[in-house]
Amino acid sequence: MTSENTLLEEFVQREYAHGFVTDIEADAIAPGLSEDVVRLISSKKNEPEWLLQWRLKAYRHWLTLEEPNWHNVKYPPIDYQASIYYSAPKQRPKLNSLDEVDPILLETYEKLGISLHEQKILANVAVDAVFDSVSIATTYRETLEKHGVIFRPFSEAVHDHPELVKKYLGSVVPYSDNFFASLNSAVFSDGSFCYIPKGVRCPMELSTYFRINAQNTGQFERTLIIAEEGAYVSYLEGCTAPKRDENQLHAAVVELVALDDAQIKYSTVQNWYPGDAEGKGGIYNFVTKRGACRGQNSKISWTQVETGSAITWKYPSVILQGDNSVGEFYSVAVTANHQQADTGTKMIHIGKNTKSTIISKGISAGVGQNNYRGEVKMMKGATNARNFSQCDSLLIGDRCGAHTFPYIEVRNSTAKVEHEASTSKVGEDQIYYLRQRGLSTEDAVNMIVNGFCKEVYDLLPMEFAVEARKLLSVSLEGSVG
Amino acid sequence: MLEIKNLHARTLDIEILRGINLQVAAGEVHAIMGPNGSGKSTLAHVIAGRDDYEVTQGEILYCGQDLLGMEIETRAAEGIFLAYQYPVEIPGVSNKEFLRIAMNSIRKHHGQPSIKRTEFVSLLKENLSRLGMDKSMMDRSVNEGFSGGEKKRNEILQMAMLQPKLAVLDETDSGLDIDALKIVADGVNALRSPERATIVVTHYQRLLDYIVPDKVHVLAGGKIVRSGDKSLALELEDKGYGFLQELALS
Repeated sequence: MTSENTLLEEFVQREYAHGFVTDIEADAIAPGLSEDVVRLISSKKNEPEWLLQWRLKAYRHWLTLEEPNWHNVKYPPIDYQASIYYSAPKQRPKLNSLDEVDPILLETYEKLGISLHEQKILANVAVDAVFDSVSIATTYRETLEKHGVIFRPFSEAVHDHPELVKKYLGSVVPYSDNFFASLNSAVFSDGSFCYIPKGVRCPMELSTYFRINAQNTGQFERTLIIAEEGAYVSYLEGCTAPKRDENQLHAAVVELVALDDAQIKYSTVQNWYPGDAEGKGGIYNFVTKRGACRGQNSKISWTQVETGSAITWKYPSVILQGDNSVGEFYSVAVTANHQQADTGTKMIHIGKNTKSTIISKGISAGVGQNNYRGEVKMMKGATNARNFSQCDSLLIGDRCGAHTFPYIEVRNSTAKVEHEASTSKVGEDQIYYLRQRGLSTEDAVNMIVNGFCKEVYDLLPMEFAVEARKLLSVSLEGSVG
Repeated sequence: MLEIKNLHARTLDIEILRGINLQVAAGEVHAIMGPNGSGKSTLAHVIAGRDDYEVTQGEILYCGQDLLGMEIETRAAEGIFLAYQYPVEIPGVSNKEFLRIAMNSIRKHHGQPSIKRTEFVSLLKENLSRLGMDKSMMDRSVNEGFSGGEKKRNEILQMAMLQPKLAVLDETDSGLDIDALKIVADGVNALRSPERATIVVTHYQRLLDYIVPDKVHVLAGGKIVRSGDKSLALELEDKGYGFLQELALS
């Protein structure tokens, strides 16, 4: 009788495959945060004065803010003075070609399964590799430039296309948006910048791979994607970090802007180090992601598979401003061991006939706690707007938890909001049934979990769907003997 | 093939099986009948290895091996198949995928390579048509939203695909109309061969009109109180289970 529970306990033992450390000399600044640090980061990046001023405004505003505590996650107070806000591998290459990238870094990415050699890369995916605070390589730049697509490290875009950066930076997530966004705005180091000109369908998937390597270092990247009228882009984001005993902070900001008839598809596979089985270490992932459907008939989709981090705090949102615009959020979030996730989305309907869909799948194992927090707002002008939300939770074992917090606000009587929620347990009867058909317990759980996530997997780009499946099976490895 | 000796099994608080003795040889079909609560289903699940039951005494030998020491999936891979009374739903997993993975898990156990897709598809087609099942059912999630009859047919389909050595059917006839019953029986009869054996657990005699057993055993109070040939099933239908209860008590 007890064996099933013991099996479920054992389920929580798992290996994090990306936990290695790259031994490379870093140019890091001393821990701590002050105006001087903000100035130092800005000067290391040789930034224009306006950007420094923007950072300083953000920093001063941040000082007036309190860390939010409305979320349903628990962690000891973060000492913001103990973190390092800038760390870059030394001999930062002036990148004319990939051959100039430090071989150790290329090797690091090879080990992570991301080849930066163009000929070896997954066909048709351009990669920007961000290592701690800097971008070390961006592939396929020339191919993309032929189509007028700008895809490069944020810090380069500041110099090459200041007018675009100035116009859009902070236009979706203002520096005053929230505690973590303000912090990011003050100290952000690098990230990706993408610009798809009018009428262009980006010829390949764009992808950024974020890697935290240095100890005690926070990663504060900033991503900005702009799709002009009628443009289309599919963007993928992946993340990993070494195993370390102390918690590390990751506070990113992602801004998306879609103009008339433009479409942005943003997919994330987040696999930051989640901490060990006792809950020691792991990344604190406090991220602000927001897209603005500014134009008519524009569309923004967020698809995320979240398996990592000790704490995940993020709500990729869409502001549906243009008439007939569409916002989508598809999410799979896994919390095993001591992981905690408070994640969901916000759909703000402003324009007429705007439509949003939310499909959230939460999986909890061990003593993991999974929270869905979603807000759907129908503003006065949102005539005939529609929302459909579905939140499903799957529990593995009997010590984990799933919670759903939907917030709905409707100010237009023609708008319609639908919300469905379900919670189920990976049933012992399901496992028994599948084992009776010859599957091992682990294969049985994988099959049940994959079935549960199917709706979301079907929406991921092909390579990512395969990756996500593998990731999930590793995440849950050992969760059931 | 199967030898059960003095088997006692219990749940947390109740002893359900109180000394079962049963021998099933290859090529035979045995029917196990009995009133509700007599332990029929428990016996089926103990053979399959369900964790909810604790075996306190006795042993089961399967092809000469100690069955009770084997994991559930090892028993399955070694050829034991249980057709469930209440088949379980697995949302989001297509029937076809499930069948393919199950077959490959068993093949892997025997050191065989995965089944070729073409081979799998033609085997599946053949069995679907034999069982009068629509192929659209293969793209639906395992048992999800299936009617009672569809679920039972789906069990027989799995059995036909997995080709077990020992099939145990747990009240497969319950909830089936007469047409479905015939199809299910045909599926079982198609598997009859000198190398295989079947145990049919049933409450009613009517399934045995279509699956003719070599032996019939009557279970009452956790023991086999009578064994005989197929005529015993008819006798039971005539007299009801009442008189057997008395037999069990005496």
